[in-house]
Amino acid sequence: MKQYKAKIKITLRKGILDVQGKAVEHALHSIDFKSLTNVRIGKYVELNVEAENSEKARDIVQNASEKLIANPIIEDFEISVFE
Amino acid sequence: MMKYGIVVFPGSNCDHDAFSSASLAGAMTEYLWHKDTQIPKDIDCIILPGGFSYGDYLRCGAIARFSPIMKEVIDFANIGGLVLGICNGFQILCESGLLPGTLLRNNSLTFKCKDVHLKTINNSTVYTSSLEMEEVITIPVAHGEGNYFADEETITELESENRIVFKYSELDGRVTKESNPNGSLKNIAGIINKSGNVLGMMPHPERYCESILGRNDGLKIFKSINSK
Repeated sequence: MKQYKAKIKITLRKGILDVQGKAVEHALHSIDFKSLTNVRIGKYVELNVEAENSEKARDIVQNASEKLIANPIIEDFEISVFE
Repeated sequence: MMKYGIVVFPGSNCDHDAFSSASLAGAMTEYLWHKDTQIPKDIDCIILPGGFSYGDYLRCGAIARFSPIMKEVIDFANIGGLVLGICNGFQILCESGLLPGTLLRNNSLTFKCKDVHLKTINNSTVYTSSLEMEEVITIPVAHGEGNYFADEETITELESENRIVFKYSELDGRVTKESNPNGSLKNIAGIINKSGNVLGMMPHPERYCESILGRNDGLKIFKSINSK
């Protein structure tokens, strides 16, 4: 068994209004960052995985992300696995 | 006599209100602990109360949904047992898949704690039989994530199957944008599952069951359940 590190980037799915992103966008505009638009805010999760190889590690993280770490109704996620 | 089981999660804070209101409505009531792996045989209705289970970490209800007792609650619901999720309880029901959709951050980005008017859209459920059709009741909301969202297909299904039970409305029953406290699609405040035994709602009937506390509109929901 080897130790891997996984990084999971979670974002709100396209088409879902990101009210937090909107608020930040307004704040940015109010301090003159007018060129910044379409702010979307997500989550970032880092964890260690014990697995036989990186493919298995990714499978475990994929399964965990579908079950708990992200909510597929509203969120997309991207996994990166490192040694 | 109807017997309720009120599930207590770490962070539940409406469990005592639910206990008191269910008792007041004339039922027997007991607490169930989130680590329990069995639901007592004599329980007829389980309440998942409001609060901030597991600190609302990750997403509201996401961690509570994997508490040991939730496996039992899901089995209980699947054989027709009554399950009422209020506020955080509604969020847990959505996370567990017992109800469709999810609750997003309020569109105002602020925590809303105030009285709202609810229009009864379906009074043929176990939970609303003591209400008239289109009857408006006034009870409080207290949440930061109550903005009901589901894909179009699910919303159409909820509507065509008459599974939207309550909508946010004006006192006179008009369903308006202004009466929607959180941005919920179609002003949805409460929905029921296909088989009609699992209800989730963001507003708190258990907080308004005694006139001395303001109003007692919520009692009608407990009385409906008790008269089952």
